[in-house]
Amino acid sequence: MATTVIPFGPQHPVLPEPIHLTLKVEDEIVKEAVPALGYVHRGLEKLADIRDYHQMITVCERVCGICSMIHGTVYSQCVEELMGIEVTDRAKMLRVIWSELHRMHSHLLWLGLFADAFGFEALFMQFWKVRERIMDINEATAGSRVIVSVNIIGGVRADLSPEQIRWILSELDTAEQEIKALQDTIMNDYSVKSRTKGIGVMTYDQALELGAAGPTLRGSGVAQDMRMLGYGGYESLDFEPVTEPDGDCWSRSTVRFREVLQSIDLVRQAASKLPEGELAVKVKGNPPEGEVYQRVEQPRGECVYYVRGNGTKHLDRLRIRTPTFANIPPLLHMVPGCELADVPVIVLSIDPCISCTER
Amino acid sequence: MFGSFIKKSRAKSPWIMHFDCGSCNGCDIEVLACLTPLYDVERFGIINVGNPKHADVLLVTGTVNHRNKKVLKNIYDQMPEPKAVIAIGACGTSGGVFREAYNVVGGVDKVIPVDVYVPGCPAKPEAIIDGVVAGLAKFAQKVEEAK
Repeated sequence: MATTVIPFGPQHPVLPEPIHLTLKVEDEIVKEAVPALGYVHRGLEKLADIRDYHQMITVCERVCGICSMIHGTVYSQCVEELMGIEVTDRAKMLRVIWSELHRMHSHLLWLGLFADAFGFEALFMQFWKVRERIMDINEATAGSRVIVSVNIIGGVRADLSPEQIRWILSELDTAEQEIKALQDTIMNDYSVKSRTKGIGVMTYDQALELGAAGPTLRGSGVAQDMRMLGYGGYESLDFEPVTEPDGDCWSRSTVRFREVLQSIDLVRQAASKLPEGELAVKVKGNPPEGEVYQRVEQPRGECVYYVRGNGTKHLDRLRIRTPTFANIPPLLHMVPGCELADVPVIVLSIDPCISCTER
Repeated sequence: MFGSFIKKSRAKSPWIMHFDCGSCNGCDIEVLACLTPLYDVERFGIINVGNPKHADVLLVTGTVNHRNKKVLKNIYDQMPEPKAVIAIGACGTSGGVFREAYNVVGGVDKVIPVDVYVPGCPAKPEAIIDGVVAGLAKFAQKVEEAK
Protein backbone atom coordinates (compact mmCIF):
# COMPACT_ATOMS: atom_id res chain seq x y z
CA MET A 1 0.00 0.00 0.00
CA ALA A 2 1.38 3.38 -0.97
CA THR A 3 1.92 5.97 1.75
CA THR A 4 0.46 9.43 1.31
CA VAL A 5 1.71 12.39 3.31
CA ILE A 6 -0.96 14.84 4.42
CA PRO A 7 -0.04 18.09 6.17
CA PHE A 8 -2.36 19.07 9.05
CA GLY A 9 -1.99 22.71 10.07
CA PRO A 10 -0.49 25.17 10.94
CA GLN A 11 -3.59 26.95 9.73
CA HIS A 12 -6.56 24.60 10.04
CA PRO A 13 -10.26 25.34 10.61
CA VAL A 14 -10.57 23.27 13.81
CA LEU A 15 -7.36 24.59 15.31
CA PRO A 16 -7.52 27.96 16.97
CA GLU A 17 -3.73 27.86 17.17
CA PRO A 18 -0.90 26.91 14.84
CA ILE A 19 0.52 23.42 15.26
CA HIS A 20 1.70 21.33 12.36
CA LEU A 21 1.32 17.55 12.10
CA THR A 22 2.71 15.60 9.19
CA LEU A 23 0.36 12.64 8.81
CA LYS A 24 1.57 9.54 6.98
CA VAL A 25 -1.57 7.86 5.68
CA GLU A 26 -2.20 4.45 4.12
CA ASP A 27 -5.67 4.32 2.59
CA GLU A 28 -7.72 6.15 5.25
CA ILE A 29 -5.67 4.92 8.21
CA VAL A 30 -3.05 7.19 9.79
CA LYS A 31 0.19 5.29 10.34
CA GLU A 32 2.39 7.98 11.82
CA ALA A 33 2.16 11.58 13.01
CA VAL A 34 5.20 13.85 13.20
CA PRO A 35 4.70 17.18 15.01
CA ALA A 36 6.40 20.47 14.17
CA LEU A 37 6.27 23.23 16.75
CA GLY A 38 7.63 26.74 17.08
CA TYR A 39 4.97 28.86 15.36
CA VAL A 40 4.07 30.66 18.59
CA HIS A 41 7.48 30.78 20.26
CA ARG A 42 8.10 34.30 21.57
CA GLY A 43 10.81 33.67 24.16
CA LEU A 44 9.01 35.27 27.07
CA GLU A 45 11.02 33.50 29.79
CA LYS A 46 13.94 35.65 28.69
CA LEU A 47 11.88 38.81 29.24
CA ALA A 48 12.68 38.38 32.96
CA ASP A 49 16.00 40.09 32.11
CA ILE A 50 14.20 43.23 30.92
CA ARG A 51 11.08 43.42 33.11
CA ASP A 52 11.29 43.54 36.90
CA TYR A 53 9.57 40.96 39.08
CA HIS A 54 6.35 43.00 39.41
CA GLN A 55 6.06 43.59 35.66
CA MET A 56 6.63 39.90 34.96
CA ILE A 57 3.11 39.14 36.24
CA THR A 58 1.75 40.94 33.18
CA VAL A 59 3.97 38.81 30.95
CA CYS A 60 3.16 35.53 32.76
CA GLU A 61 -0.57 36.18 32.42
CA ARG A 62 -0.02 36.32 28.68
CA VAL A 63 1.70 32.93 28.48
CA CYS A 64 -1.80 31.74 27.65
CA GLY A 65 -4.90 33.87 27.53
CA ILE A 66 -7.27 31.03 28.37
CA CYS A 67 -5.65 30.09 31.70
CA SER A 68 -4.12 33.51 32.40
CA MET A 69 -5.44 33.77 35.95
CA ILE A 70 -3.72 30.54 36.99
CA HIS A 71 -0.40 31.55 35.38
CA GLY A 72 -0.55 34.80 37.33
CA THR A 73 -1.37 32.97 40.55
CA VAL A 74 1.45 30.45 40.30
CA TYR A 75 4.01 33.12 39.41
CA SER A 76 2.89 35.23 42.40
CA GLN A 77 3.02 32.17 44.67
CA CYS A 78 6.61 31.49 43.54
CA VAL A 79 7.85 35.02 44.18
CA GLU A 80 5.95 35.21 47.49
CA GLU A 81 7.57 31.97 48.68
CA LEU A 82 10.99 33.22 47.56
CA MET A 83 10.55 36.51 49.44
CA GLY A 84 8.89 34.90 52.45
CA ILE A 85 5.61 36.81 52.12
CA GLU A 86 2.57 35.38 53.89
CA VAL A 87 -0.55 36.10 51.85
CA THR A 88 -3.81 36.67 53.73
CA ASP A 89 -6.46 33.96 53.71
CA ARG A 90 -8.92 36.28 51.98
CA ALA A 91 -6.52 36.88 49.08
CA LYS A 92 -5.96 33.11 48.76
CA MET A 93 -9.69 32.42 48.64
CA LEU A 94 -10.30 35.20 46.11
CA ARG A 95 -7.60 33.67 43.91
CA VAL A 96 -9.41 30.31 44.16
CA ILE A 97 -12.70 31.91 43.07
CA TRP A 98 -11.20 33.54 39.97
CA SER A 99 -9.11 30.43 39.18
CA GLU A 100 -12.20 28.23 39.22
CA LEU A 101 -14.13 30.73 37.08
CA HIS A 102 -11.24 30.54 34.62
CA ARG A 103 -11.31 26.76 34.66
CA MET A 104 -15.02 26.82 33.90
CA HIS A 105 -14.68 29.19 30.99
CA SER A 106 -11.73 27.23 29.62
CA HIS A 107 -13.59 23.90 29.81
CA LEU A 108 -16.79 25.35 28.31
CA LEU A 109 -14.73 26.84 25.49
CA TRP A 110 -13.09 23.48 24.92
CA LEU A 111 -16.39 21.56 25.00
CA GLY A 112 -17.67 23.91 22.30
CA LEU A 113 -14.59 23.53 20.13
CA PHE A 114 -14.72 19.76 20.61
CA ALA A 115 -18.34 19.68 19.43
CA ASP A 116 -17.29 21.78 16.44
CA ALA A 117 -14.48 19.29 15.67
CA PHE A 118 -17.00 16.54 14.97
CA GLY A 119 -19.31 18.93 13.17
CA PHE A 120 -21.96 19.56 15.83
CA GLU A 121 -22.18 23.31 15.42
CA ALA A 122 -25.39 23.78 17.42
CA LEU A 123 -23.74 22.29 20.49
CA PHE A 124 -20.72 24.57 19.96
CA MET A 125 -23.01 27.60 20.04
CA GLN A 126 -24.84 26.32 23.13
CA PHE A 127 -21.65 25.85 25.16
CA TRP A 128 -20.34 29.27 24.14
CA LYS A 129 -23.65 30.84 25.08
CA VAL A 130 -23.32 29.51 28.63
CA ARG A 131 -19.70 30.61 28.70
CA GLU A 132 -20.70 34.24 28.20
CA ARG A 133 -22.19 34.22 31.71
CA ILE A 134 -18.76 33.41 33.13
CA MET A 135 -17.17 36.10 30.95
CA ASP A 136 -19.73 38.61 32.28
CA ILE A 137 -18.75 37.68 35.84
CA ASN A 138 -15.07 38.24 34.99
CA GLU A 139 -15.80 41.58 33.38
CA ALA A 140 -18.04 42.80 36.20
CA THR A 141 -15.63 41.81 38.97
CA ALA A 142 -12.19 42.39 37.47
CA GLY A 143 -12.82 44.72 34.53
CA SER A 144 -11.66 42.41 31.76
CA ARG A 145 -13.23 39.44 30.06
CA VAL A 146 -10.32 37.12 29.38
CA ILE A 147 -7.15 38.31 31.10
CA VAL A 148 -8.50 39.35 34.50
CA SER A 149 -5.13 40.48 35.94
CA VAL A 150 -6.17 40.38 39.59
CA ASN A 151 -2.88 39.03 40.95
CA ILE A 152 -0.19 41.21 42.42
CA ILE A 153 2.82 40.09 44.45
CA GLY A 154 1.45 39.83 47.99
CA GLY A 155 -2.22 39.31 47.21
CA VAL A 156 -4.94 40.47 44.83
CA ARG A 157 -5.88 43.93 43.61
CA ALA A 158 -9.66 43.51 43.37
CA ASP A 159 -12.22 42.60 46.00
CA LEU A 160 -15.61 40.94 45.90
CA SER A 161 -18.36 42.67 47.87
CA PRO A 162 -21.16 40.58 49.47
CA GLU A 163 -23.58 41.84 46.77
CA GLN A 164 -21.21 40.77 44.02
CA ILE A 165 -20.86 37.31 45.59
CA ARG A 166 -24.64 36.95 45.79
CA TRP A 167 -24.89 37.95 42.13
CA ILE A 168 -22.09 35.54 41.11
CA LEU A 169 -23.79 32.66 42.93
CA SER A 170 -27.15 33.39 41.30
CA GLU A 171 -25.47 33.58 37.85
CA LEU A 172 -23.76 30.26 38.57
CA ASP A 173 -27.09 28.67 39.54
CA THR A 174 -28.49 29.66 36.14
CA ALA A 175 -25.32 28.53 34.37
CA GLU A 176 -25.44 25.18 36.16
CA GLN A 177 -28.99 24.53 34.94
CA GLU A 178 -28.03 25.49 31.39
CA ILE A 179 -24.95 23.26 31.46
CA LYS A 180 -26.92 20.31 32.86
CA ALA A 181 -29.41 20.72 30.03
CA LEU A 182 -26.53 19.92 27.62
CA GLN A 183 -25.31 16.90 29.61
CA ASP A 184 -27.52 14.40 27.84
CA THR A 185 -26.33 15.53 24.40
CA ILE A 186 -22.58 15.50 25.03
CA MET A 187 -22.64 12.21 27.00
CA ASN A 188 -25.43 10.09 25.54
CA ASP A 189 -26.25 11.30 22.04
CA TYR A 190 -25.87 8.47 19.52
CA SER A 191 -24.00 10.45 16.87
CA VAL A 192 -21.69 12.10 19.42
CA LYS A 193 -20.87 8.71 20.90
CA SER A 194 -20.16 7.23 17.50
CA ARG A 195 -17.53 9.92 16.88
CA THR A 196 -15.93 9.78 20.34
CA LYS A 197 -16.40 6.31 21.93
CA GLY A 198 -13.39 4.07 21.43
CA ILE A 199 -11.46 6.75 19.48
CA GLY A 200 -7.91 7.61 20.51
CA VAL A 201 -7.70 5.09 23.34
CA MET A 202 -4.97 5.42 25.98
CA THR A 203 -4.98 2.92 28.85
CA TYR A 204 -4.16 3.59 32.52
CA ASP A 205 -0.61 2.23 32.21
CA GLN A 206 0.10 4.02 28.95
CA ALA A 207 -1.09 7.32 30.42
CA LEU A 208 1.37 6.99 33.29
CA GLU A 209 4.17 5.79 31.04
CA LEU A 210 3.73 8.59 28.48
CA GLY A 211 3.50 11.20 31.23
CA ALA A 212 0.07 12.64 30.43
CA ALA A 213 -1.29 15.47 32.57
CA GLY A 214 -4.60 16.88 33.66
CA PRO A 215 -7.93 15.78 32.18
CA THR A 216 -6.07 13.68 29.59
CA LEU A 217 -4.56 11.67 32.45
CA ARG A 218 -7.78 11.59 34.50
CA GLY A 219 -9.67 10.45 31.40
CA SER A 220 -7.59 7.26 31.61
CA GLY A 221 -8.63 6.63 35.21
CA VAL A 222 -5.63 8.09 37.07
CA ALA A 223 -6.85 10.17 40.03
CA GLN A 224 -4.16 12.85 39.97
CA ASP A 225 -5.00 16.50 40.49
CA MET A 226 -2.47 19.08 41.67
CA ARG A 227 -5.21 20.89 43.60
CA MET A 228 -5.09 17.93 46.02
CA LEU A 229 -1.67 19.27 47.14
CA GLY A 230 -3.64 22.01 48.88
CA TYR A 231 -1.76 25.03 47.52
CA GLY A 232 -3.32 28.47 47.92
CA GLY A 233 -6.77 28.18 49.40
CA TYR A 234 -7.51 24.68 48.16
CA GLU A 235 -6.51 23.02 51.46
CA SER A 236 -9.77 24.12 53.10
CA LEU A 237 -12.01 23.01 50.20
CA ASP A 238 -13.54 19.59 49.83
CA PHE A 239 -13.37 17.82 46.48
CA GLU A 240 -12.31 14.62 44.72
CA PRO A 241 -10.50 14.38 41.37
CA VAL A 242 -12.89 13.56 38.52
CA THR A 243 -11.90 10.39 36.66
CA GLU A 244 -13.30 8.26 33.86
CA PRO A 245 -11.92 4.76 33.20
CA ASP A 246 -12.06 4.28 29.41
CA GLY A 247 -9.26 6.55 28.14
CA ASP A 248 -11.01 7.48 24.87
CA CYS A 249 -12.17 10.86 23.56
CA TRP A 250 -15.58 10.38 25.23
CA SER A 251 -13.93 9.91 28.64
CA ARG A 252 -11.80 13.00 28.25
CA SER A 253 -14.78 15.15 27.27
CA THR A 254 -16.84 13.71 30.14
CA VAL A 255 -14.05 14.47 32.62
CA ARG A 256 -14.03 18.09 31.49
CA PHE A 257 -17.81 18.31 31.56
CA ARG A 258 -17.92 17.01 35.13
CA GLU A 259 -15.08 19.34 36.13
CA VAL A 260 -17.17 22.35 35.08
CA LEU A 261 -19.83 21.26 37.59
CA GLN A 262 -17.09 20.60 40.16
CA SER A 263 -15.72 24.12 39.66
CA ILE A 264 -19.17 25.60 40.27
CA ASP A 265 -19.25 23.66 43.53
CA LEU A 266 -15.75 24.90 44.46
CA VAL A 267 -16.73 28.54 43.83
CA ARG A 268 -19.74 28.03 46.10
CA GLN A 269 -17.56 26.50 48.83
CA ALA A 270 -14.95 29.25 48.51
CA ALA A 271 -17.61 31.97 48.61
CA SER A 272 -19.14 30.48 51.77
CA LYS A 273 -15.73 30.25 53.47
CA LEU A 274 -14.43 33.66 52.35
CA PRO A 275 -12.69 35.08 55.46
CA GLU A 276 -12.35 38.77 56.34
CA GLY A 277 -8.95 40.39 55.98
CA GLU A 278 -6.61 42.52 53.95
CA LEU A 279 -6.41 42.05 50.18
CA ALA A 280 -2.66 42.45 49.80
CA VAL A 281 0.47 42.57 51.92
CA LYS A 282 2.93 45.40 51.36
CA VAL A 283 6.00 44.16 49.51
CA LYS A 284 9.42 45.68 50.14
CA GLY A 285 12.80 44.96 48.57
CA ASN A 286 13.87 42.54 45.88
CA PRO A 287 13.67 38.75 45.69
CA PRO A 288 16.69 37.30 47.54
CA GLU A 289 19.03 34.64 46.18
CA GLY A 290 17.33 31.27 46.13
CA GLU A 291 15.08 29.10 44.03
CA VAL A 292 11.46 27.97 44.25
CA TYR A 293 9.32 25.34 42.53
CA GLN A 294 5.54 25.50 42.42
CA ARG A 295 3.07 23.04 40.93
CA VAL A 296 -0.54 23.97 40.25
CA GLU A 297 -3.45 22.53 38.34
CA GLN A 298 -4.36 24.41 35.20
CA PRO A 299 -7.48 23.63 33.16
CA ARG A 300 -5.19 21.49 30.99
CA GLY A 301 -3.22 19.82 33.77
CA GLU A 302 -0.15 20.20 35.88
CA CYS A 303 1.84 23.42 35.41
CA VAL A 304 5.29 23.84 36.95
CA TYR A 305 7.04 27.15 37.57
CA TYR A 306 10.66 27.48 38.60
CA VAL A 307 11.94 30.85 39.79
CA ARG A 308 15.50 31.76 40.77
CA GLY A 309 16.27 35.12 42.33
CA ASN A 310 19.63 36.87 42.59
CA GLY A 311 18.99 39.78 44.93
CA THR A 312 18.20 42.30 42.18
CA LYS A 313 14.80 43.37 40.92
CA HIS A 314 15.21 41.11 37.89
CA LEU A 315 14.80 37.36 38.27
CA ASP A 316 17.80 35.26 37.42
CA ARG A 317 15.74 32.56 35.73
CA LEU A 318 12.10 31.83 35.07
CA ARG A 319 11.19 28.41 33.76
CA ILE A 320 7.68 27.32 32.85
CA ARG A 321 6.60 23.77 32.06
CA THR A 322 3.07 23.58 30.80
CA PRO A 323 0.59 20.69 30.53
CA THR A 324 0.23 20.57 26.74
CA PHE A 325 3.96 19.91 26.47
CA ALA A 326 3.39 16.79 28.60
CA ASN A 327 0.34 15.82 26.53
CA ILE A 328 2.02 15.80 23.12
CA PRO A 329 3.65 12.32 23.53
CA PRO A 330 0.23 10.80 24.46
CA LEU A 331 -1.25 12.53 21.38
CA LEU A 332 1.38 10.99 19.11
CA HIS A 333 0.56 7.64 20.65
CA MET A 334 -3.21 8.04 20.11
CA VAL A 335 -3.15 9.15 16.48
CA PRO A 336 -1.56 6.13 14.69
CA GLY A 337 -4.22 3.60 13.73
CA CYS A 338 -7.11 6.06 13.63
CA GLU A 339 -9.00 7.20 10.56
CA LEU A 340 -8.01 10.48 8.95
CA ALA A 341 -11.40 12.04 9.76
CA ASP A 342 -10.85 11.37 13.47
CA VAL A 343 -7.56 13.29 13.66
CA PRO A 344 -9.17 16.68 14.51
CA VAL A 345 -11.23 15.05 17.28
CA ILE A 346 -8.18 13.32 18.79
CA VAL A 347 -5.98 16.42 18.54
CA LEU A 348 -8.62 18.49 20.30
CA SER A 349 -9.23 15.81 22.95
CA ILE A 350 -5.94 16.68 24.70
CA ASP A 351 -7.05 20.35 24.75
CA PRO A 352 -3.92 21.64 23.01
CA CYS A 353 -2.71 25.03 24.14
CA ILE A 354 0.17 25.79 21.83
CA SER A 355 0.95 29.25 23.17
CA CYS A 356 1.54 27.65 26.59
CA THR A 357 3.72 24.94 25.10
CA GLU A 358 5.98 27.22 23.13
CA ARG A 359 5.74 30.39 25.21
CA MET B 1 -24.15 41.76 -15.42
CA PHE B 2 -22.56 38.88 -13.53
CA GLY B 3 -19.55 41.05 -12.70
CA SER B 4 -21.64 43.73 -11.06
CA PHE B 5 -23.49 41.06 -9.04
CA ILE B 6 -20.21 39.73 -7.66
CA LYS B 7 -19.02 43.26 -6.98
CA LYS B 8 -22.14 44.05 -4.97
CA SER B 9 -22.32 40.84 -2.99
CA ARG B 10 -18.63 40.78 -2.18
CA ALA B 11 -18.79 43.87 -0.01
CA LYS B 12 -22.26 42.98 1.35
CA SER B 13 -21.31 39.52 2.55
CA PRO B 14 -17.58 39.35 3.27
CA TRP B 15 -16.01 36.05 4.27
CA ILE B 16 -13.44 36.31 6.98
CA MET B 17 -10.53 34.08 7.82
CA HIS B 18 -8.75 34.06 11.13
CA PHE B 19 -5.07 33.25 11.50
CA ASP B 20 -3.41 32.99 14.89
CA CYS B 21 0.09 34.27 14.38
CA GLY B 22 1.69 33.71 17.76
CA SER B 23 -0.97 35.19 20.00
CA CYS B 24 -1.62 34.19 23.62
CA ASN B 25 -5.15 32.93 22.69
CA GLY B 26 -6.81 35.88 24.41
CA CYS B 27 -7.66 37.61 21.12
CA ASP B 28 -8.37 34.31 19.33
CA ILE B 29 -11.11 33.32 21.70
CA GLU B 30 -12.57 36.81 21.46
CA VAL B 31 -12.62 36.49 17.66
CA LEU B 32 -14.44 33.17 18.08
CA ALA B 33 -16.77 34.75 20.64
CA CYS B 34 -17.84 37.22 17.91
CA LEU B 35 -19.30 34.27 15.99
CA THR B 36 -21.29 32.86 18.92
CA PRO B 37 -24.86 33.72 19.98
CA LEU B 38 -24.20 36.82 22.09
CA TYR B 39 -22.39 38.80 19.35
CA ASP B 40 -23.26 36.72 16.28
CA VAL B 41 -21.64 38.52 13.34
CA GLU B 42 -23.24 36.00 10.99
CA ARG B 43 -26.40 38.14 11.07
CA PHE B 44 -24.42 40.73 9.04
CA GLY B 45 -23.57 38.12 6.42
CA ILE B 46 -20.05 37.57 7.77
CA ILE B 47 -18.97 33.93 7.65
CA ASN B 48 -15.83 32.44 9.10
CA VAL B 49 -14.04 30.21 6.58
CA GLY B 50 -10.98 28.01 6.89
CA ASN B 51 -9.61 28.30 3.39
CA PRO B 52 -7.64 31.44 2.42
CA LYS B 53 -8.77 31.03 -1.20
CA HIS B 54 -12.38 31.65 -0.11
CA ALA B 55 -11.64 34.62 2.14
CA ASP B 56 -12.02 38.36 1.59
CA VAL B 57 -10.89 39.65 4.97
CA LEU B 58 -7.99 38.29 7.00
CA LEU B 59 -8.06 38.70 10.79
CA VAL B 60 -4.61 38.31 12.30
CA THR B 61 -3.97 38.05 16.03
CA GLY B 62 -0.64 38.00 17.78
CA THR B 63 2.98 38.82 17.14
CA VAL B 64 4.93 37.73 14.10
CA ASN B 65 7.95 35.52 14.78
CA HIS B 66 10.68 34.20 12.53
CA ARG B 67 8.95 30.89 11.92
CA ASN B 68 5.38 31.95 11.21
CA LYS B 69 6.10 35.01 9.06
CA LYS B 70 6.43 32.72 6.04
CA VAL B 71 3.09 31.09 6.86
CA LEU B 72 1.42 34.49 7.24
CA LYS B 73 2.84 35.74 3.93
CA ASN B 74 1.81 32.50 2.24
CA ILE B 75 -1.78 32.78 3.50
CA TYR B 76 -1.98 36.44 2.47
CA ASP B 77 -0.71 35.63 -1.03
CA GLN B 78 -3.28 32.85 -1.45
CA MET B 79 -6.20 35.19 -0.84
CA PRO B 80 -7.81 36.56 -4.02
CA GLU B 81 -7.76 40.31 -4.73
CA PRO B 82 -9.26 42.57 -3.47
CA LYS B 83 -8.59 41.80 0.18
CA ALA B 84 -8.38 43.54 3.54
CA VAL B 85 -6.24 42.75 6.59
CA ILE B 86 -7.23 43.55 10.17
CA ALA B 87 -4.58 43.30 12.90
CA ILE B 88 -6.18 42.48 16.26
CA GLY B 89 -4.84 43.24 19.71
CA ALA B 90 -1.77 45.00 21.03
CA CYS B 91 0.47 42.18 19.78
CA GLY B 92 -0.86 42.32 16.24
CA THR B 93 -0.44 46.07 16.01
CA SER B 94 3.02 46.49 17.52
CA GLY B 95 4.24 43.37 19.29
CA GLY B 96 2.59 44.40 22.56
CA VAL B 97 4.03 43.06 25.78
CA PHE B 98 6.36 40.74 23.86
CA ARG B 99 7.93 43.38 21.59
CA GLU B 100 11.37 43.04 23.26
CA ALA B 101 11.46 39.23 23.24
CA TYR B 102 14.21 37.72 21.11
CA ASN B 103 12.02 35.73 18.74
CA VAL B 104 9.51 38.48 17.99
CA VAL B 105 9.70 40.38 14.72
CA GLY B 106 6.99 42.86 15.68
CA GLY B 107 3.49 43.67 14.52
CA VAL B 108 1.72 42.15 11.54
CA ASP B 109 2.53 45.20 9.38
CA LYS B 110 6.19 44.13 9.28
CA VAL B 111 5.19 41.33 6.89
CA ILE B 112 1.92 42.22 5.13
CA PRO B 113 0.04 45.51 4.60
CA VAL B 114 -2.57 46.15 7.29
CA ASP B 115 -5.78 48.15 6.74
CA VAL B 116 -7.22 48.38 10.26
CA TYR B 117 -5.64 48.11 13.70
CA VAL B 118 -7.80 47.00 16.63
CA PRO B 119 -6.29 47.89 20.02
CA GLY B 120 -6.77 46.07 23.32
CA CYS B 121 -5.10 43.29 25.26
CA PRO B 122 -7.13 41.27 24.56
CA ALA B 123 -9.38 43.21 22.20
CA LYS B 124 -13.02 42.99 23.25
CA PRO B 125 -15.54 41.46 20.83
CA GLU B 126 -17.23 44.86 20.48
CA ALA B 127 -13.89 46.38 19.43
CA ILE B 128 -13.26 43.54 16.96
CA ILE B 129 -16.69 43.98 15.38
CA ASP B 130 -16.05 47.73 15.17
CA GLY B 131 -12.70 47.02 13.50
CA VAL B 132 -14.31 44.64 11.02
CA VAL B 133 -16.93 47.26 10.12
CA ALA B 134 -14.16 49.82 9.53
CA GLY B 135 -12.27 47.23 7.49
CA LEU B 136 -15.35 46.50 5.38
CA ALA B 137 -15.62 50.18 4.38
CA LYS B 138 -12.04 50.01 3.11
CA PHE B 139 -12.77 46.68 1.46
CA ALA B 140 -15.81 48.08 -0.36
CA GLN B 141 -13.65 50.92 -1.62
CA LYS B 142 -11.08 48.43 -2.91
CA VAL B 143 -13.87 46.48 -4.66
CA GLU B 144 -15.01 49.74 -6.28
CA GLU B 145 -11.48 50.54 -7.46
CA ALA B 146 -10.85 47.07 -8.89
CA LYS B 147 -12.46 47.84 -12.30
